[in-house]
Amino acid sequence: MKTKEPLPTPTVTIERKNLDVLFSALIKNGYNVIGPTVREGAIVYDLITASNNMPVGYTQEQNAGKYKLVKHGDQSVFGFNTAPLSWKKFLHPPTLELCHSHRDRNSVTITTPKIEPQKHAFVGVRPCDLAAISVLDKVFIASPYTDVGYQARRSDVFIVAVNCGQAAGTCFCVSMQTGPGATKGFDIALTEIIEKDRHYFVAEPGTDQGETILKSVPHKEANIYELKAAESQLENTAEQMGRKVDTTNIAELLTNNSDHARWQEVAKRCLTCGNCTMVCPTCFCSTIEDVTDLSGDNASRIRKWDSCFTLGFSYIHGGSIRSSVMSRYRQWLTHKFSSWHHQFGTSGCVGCGRCITWCPVAIDVTEELKAIRSNEQTNPSTKSTKEKQ
Amino acid sequence: MKKTKKPKLAVWKFSSCDGCQLSLLDCEDELLAVASAIDIANFPEASRAVSKGPYDISLVEGSITTPHDAERIHKIRRQSKTLITIGACANAGGIQALRNFKDVKEFTSIVYATPEYISTLSKSTPISDHVHVDFQLHGCPIDKYQLVEVLNAFLNGRKPNTPAYSVCIECKRRGIICRTVAFSQICLGPVTHAGCNALCPSYDRGCFGCFGPKETPNTTSFADYWSKLGMTDRDLVRKFRSINAYAKEFRLESEAHEG
Ligand code: SF4
Ligand code: SF4
Ligand code: SF4
Repeated sequence: MKTKEPLPTPTVTIERKNLDVLFSALIKNGYNVIGPTVREGAIVYDLITASNNMPVGYTQEQNAGKYKLVKHGDQSVFGFNTAPLSWKKFLHPPTLELCHSHRDRNSVTITTPKIEPQKHAFVGVRPCDLAAISVLDKVFIASPYTDVGYQARRSDVFIVAVNCGQAAGTCFCVSMQTGPGATKGFDIALTEIIEKDRHYFVAEPGTDQGETILKSVPHKEANIYELKAAESQLENTAEQMGRKVDTTNIAELLTNNSDHARWQEVAKRCLTCGNCTMVCPTCFCSTIEDVTDLSGDNASRIRKWDSCFTLGFSYIHGGSIRSSVMSRYRQWLTHKFSSWHHQFGTSGCVGCGRCITWCPVAIDVTEELKAIRSNEQTNPSTKSTKEKQ
Repeated sequence: MKKTKKPKLAVWKFSSCDGCQLSLLDCEDELLAVASAIDIANFPEASRAVSKGPYDISLVEGSITTPHDAERIHKIRRQSKTLITIGACANAGGIQALRNFKDVKEFTSIVYATPEYISTLSKSTPISDHVHVDFQLHGCPIDKYQLVEVLNAFLNGRKPNTPAYSVCIECKRRGIICRTVAFSQICLGPVTHAGCNALCPSYDRGCFGCFGPKETPNTTSFADYWSKLGMTDRDLVRKFRSINAYAKEFRLESEAHEG
């Protein structure tokens, strides 16, 4: 991904009726367009071909343990926030065959499925999710061991980001400094503006490819009035944040409070169901299952999304290290907000709020962090080094 | 595996509906492969031919409800190298374990004209209350792919892939929209053992808990949350007291909400 500093000058406007020209330009360039669409009572990301596949006039209400698809008053196409499952499912599939082996009389042959590069255009990537994709890039590409499958799936992704014109009840991108406006990591960034008699997008190219695609869509250079409208919309959204996190020294806060009483308290509520980790756009853990056919001559190695909330996750010879619920919840929160910094040089949380919305007992990471900060119970110094996770 | 003597498999039935054994017949495509890899020595649902023990693998369906059952399971154990229980009846006593919460004599006196003829135990109990069980395969009925997986694992000397985490993990991997969060529907998925691949949520229903309690199930928090949302104790009892009513964690939770 060649990302250049977005310039203010080539920013243009595209009228709503020309949004479909953008779709056809992407399709003409060989991209499968993946974007938001209404399915099974929610707005999800799936294959779409035109703007009438999009959630026109829909929005969603999100709160701890609650999600509701609702009709909006206007004709907006991006009038909602995040989908239940993030873009992670396309870049790091939930289930994937890694290799296959075949045994005959004297030999074993191992084959790996061909890694097909996929030309996907992600349309409607929110700023928090852009940040999440860049976290996944760090984990899978920029770490000592590159996941070649991820790299192939990622290399030809064209990203049309969309700035948020509203915040959901569970959003806290402002705290995590990832939104509500996109600053990098996109090919094109859109801001949807609806006025009394005009519906248009302010479109900013982020890469050369983005600029080329934009050129093929009828556009006009954005004037100061339109740029201001986009800017003030972002200011509005920033004020609507449903949640807030004080991130001052947050990495240390958690390592220093590994024996805080709050961990025991949240463990009473947590179901260790793993939903939070499944929906989190940066959680990348997986498990391996080896399967055989009845003869034992054919075997496959399957990778599946796993979660630090399962017992199997920390199983080593003799048992699971994190047998208590407390230790599993603490691992999750501490990894996201603390040890991730040491491991990848960034926060593991981008403030998308999905884990809050999709927790079936409404556990809220922002509340847990607040409870720890408001009443710090720093470990005796010997413990803090020993019990990092 | 090749050319060695085929392992002998026996299927046994106790108090149950036969649905789990039928999963084996339901394996269709895989059945031929199963039949060629193992010698089905005793499977009354499929064939009257019976060959004598000992057996390499015994699949046991159903719960122990009569004095005769209680004796017979010991005989089966003695003849079986590996004993695998299949389904909610064999693993937790089944739906018939609802009697465990009441006086069975009361039922027999209402249901039967001559209750004296009925010889039944006061409780319907899982096989593991009576003999050592090598492996429990959960479900009501069991999932046929998991059954093939378990047989397959035993034949190949490896661990079966039947994880004990929540149904939610399977549900999210499939990208199903959560019944609880998006539709305020009670779903036992977060406390239930995976294995069905989130079948009910995929048909717009909350999980009924057919696969029994998951590993470390926090039924207390689950029930607290639903009572706060307005669910009555009576309904909570009914939720936990169904197919896996007598599975320990579900039993304790239903008892906690009983009047
Ligand atoms: S921890 Fe929660 S809020 Fe943060 S990125 Fe993950 S799902 Fe989103
Ligand atoms: S925090 Fe919520 S979603 Fe996460 S494991 Fe616990 S109960 Fe499940
Ligand atoms: S529908 Fe049920 S199984 Fe699926 S995630 Fe929600 S609570 Fe879990």
